[in-house]
Amino acid sequence: MTTAQLIGQDPGWIIAVKGLIVFAVCILLTLMSVWGERRIVSIMQMRIGPNRVGKFGLLQALADGVKLALKEDLIPKAADRIVFVIAPIISATTCFMSFAVIPFTGKVNFFGHETAMQLTDLPVGVLYVLSIASVGVYGIVLAGWSSGSTYPLLGGLRSSAQVISYEVAMGLSLVAVFIYAGSMSTSDIVAAQDKWWYSVVLFPSFVIYAISMVGETNRAPFDLAEAEGELVGGFHTEYSSLKFALFFLAEYVNIIAVSALATTLFLGGYHAFPGLGFTESWLGGWFTLFWFAIKVLGFFFVFVWLRGTLPRLRYDQFMKFGWKVLIPVSLAWILIVATLRTLSLEGAPQAVIVGFTLGIVLIVLAVSSLFDRAREKNEVTARDIGEISTPSFPVPALPVAKARLEDHV
Amino acid sequence: MIRLSLEIGQTQKPEAILFYILAPLSVLAALGMLIVRKAVHSALLLAWVMITLAIFYIALDAAFLGIVQIVVYTGAVMMLFLFILMLVGVDAPDSLTENIKGHRATAIVAALGFGGLLISLIGRATLNHVSVGLAMANEPGNVQGLASLIFTQYVFPFEVISALLITAALGAMVLAHSQKSAGARLSQRALSSVRFRGDSLANAAGLPSSGVFARHNAVDVPALLPDGTPAKNSISGVLTARGDVQDSTQYALGSLPKVDDESGDK
Repeated sequence: MTTAQLIGQDPGWIIAVKGLIVFAVCILLTLMSVWGERRIVSIMQMRIGPNRVGKFGLLQALADGVKLALKEDLIPKAADRIVFVIAPIISATTCFMSFAVIPFTGKVNFFGHETAMQLTDLPVGVLYVLSIASVGVYGIVLAGWSSGSTYPLLGGLRSSAQVISYEVAMGLSLVAVFIYAGSMSTSDIVAAQDKWWYSVVLFPSFVIYAISMVGETNRAPFDLAEAEGELVGGFHTEYSSLKFALFFLAEYVNIIAVSALATTLFLGGYHAFPGLGFTESWLGGWFTLFWFAIKVLGFFFVFVWLRGTLPRLRYDQFMKFGWKVLIPVSLAWILIVATLRTLSLEGAPQAVIVGFTLGIVLIVLAVSSLFDRAREKNEVTARDIGEISTPSFPVPALPVAKARLEDHV
Repeated sequence: MIRLSLEIGQTQKPEAILFYILAPLSVLAALGMLIVRKAVHSALLLAWVMITLAIFYIALDAAFLGIVQIVVYTGAVMMLFLFILMLVGVDAPDSLTENIKGHRATAIVAALGFGGLLISLIGRATLNHVSVGLAMANEPGNVQGLASLIFTQYVFPFEVISALLITAALGAMVLAHSQKSAGARLSQRALSSVRFRGDSLANAAGLPSSGVFARHNAVDVPALLPDGTPAKNSISGVLTARGDVQDSTQYALGSLPKVDDESGDK
């Protein structure tokens, strides 16, 4: 029986309980991940981090949340009041919705019912997640616009341009997975990975997805929408109290959501690590939840690691990277994957497939070496440019430089 | 009301409930879109209409169409619309005076005509027809059924439309592309290598700022060099070109006041 049929048999109360569990887990994960992020980053920066509230500071995020909720809720005079209130609500509601199609476990026994921990199974599940993400951007854009001030507007515009651009790359990286799995439903894609994870089979797609998911969630090093050095707080500059808390919540839930999608599509979802397949039947199938959680938390750790390691990109370089590198590379990769897939499905002889693959590898090597050579040729050195005429630094001039100083001035 | 719809069509109960909740909201939003004064509010209501339409598609077993409607229309097209509205700042309510003579009357006639056309077409296609074939069309799966139609029977129109779209996109890029000023812009890498590996390190810390320390800090007053000459590159090139640069020697100190030794550091 497929997962879709299995879930289709759920009585109403199971669906309700599942929805509640998903919601509660998301909230709890947010609290824990805020704490986790601060502790991990502090270890990376040789600090101690929050360790006062509760054991190891575990309740820090809860305390911060309560404090945030008790703060004064300001609405700027220039703000568009209705949109200003709606924006954080859009952000906070859409971020939860993508969890509806994520398969957390395989077949389990849920209070006497055979089911799977997945709220629903759509034939277009992965596209559904993408569509939810694209509605989620509205929250950010509207927050930026409705604040009636310059920095939030710039932050909102940046972030919408960023999310739209990286969504293209993300969507293209998923195509290879659809071609291999022969389905867009999350449960089918997980089921298709019981032998080989797609992160191995479709490694370039995995890399592209991993990069674009960081861009999509507005996280460092791609957090240009809230670049505090340039835009104060970005789109949420004017927000305070609970409304700000909702944006905060949405950011972390989004991180978990894209990590969960990455786990589902590329790391075999709830399947165990290779060689540990026997663990999947432990605890009546519930042990698969452990594998799923491990992978998602692994992704979360990488998010924090990136934040602790990399400086923020410049905006134009970031957009150039998305449009001129990620999208063309994923288009080429899709062509290769589609050809290989068709060859193997049509039963082409092994020699043809191997020959095609070798040909592709050779072409890639040739192109990259040509590219390198062209770049070496075009490399502009200081000597080529000579001295740039206008700038000169006059104040602390050395006594000898008097004569030169005068030609400049 | 719900029972009526159940009797007329083969609508199932949950679908009918969904319809009777969302349809009025959708129609209200569509009306509101015409009535509200601010362009951004109008755009938002349009986005809401699109989302409710997508939900209707999904309820009608066209899952792929519904999701694509959200991704493409709500996510991309409407977002670009909002983007433009915000960038251009079309916030102010538009004036209702008629600029073109007979504009309003023509618009009303055209709208009524278009509405009549739509209603008659949809009526012809649905009334007195028993819709068959949904189960048949969705038999291999919604996505698979759609794909096999698009890539076999309708592959030529599909290709033509995609060629049209690509042409339109390229056309937009060509039209919107502004010619950059002559002379290639140097890359950041090249500039920084000139700054630090060039003949002198004089440029390394950037250009001097305008103004005379503690006397005048306006942008049109050149900084003074230690030898008392004005630093021309502390002024924006635009001001120099307009001839708006002030003489900074008038702010120079003639002589330094003598520092009293006793009032110095204690």
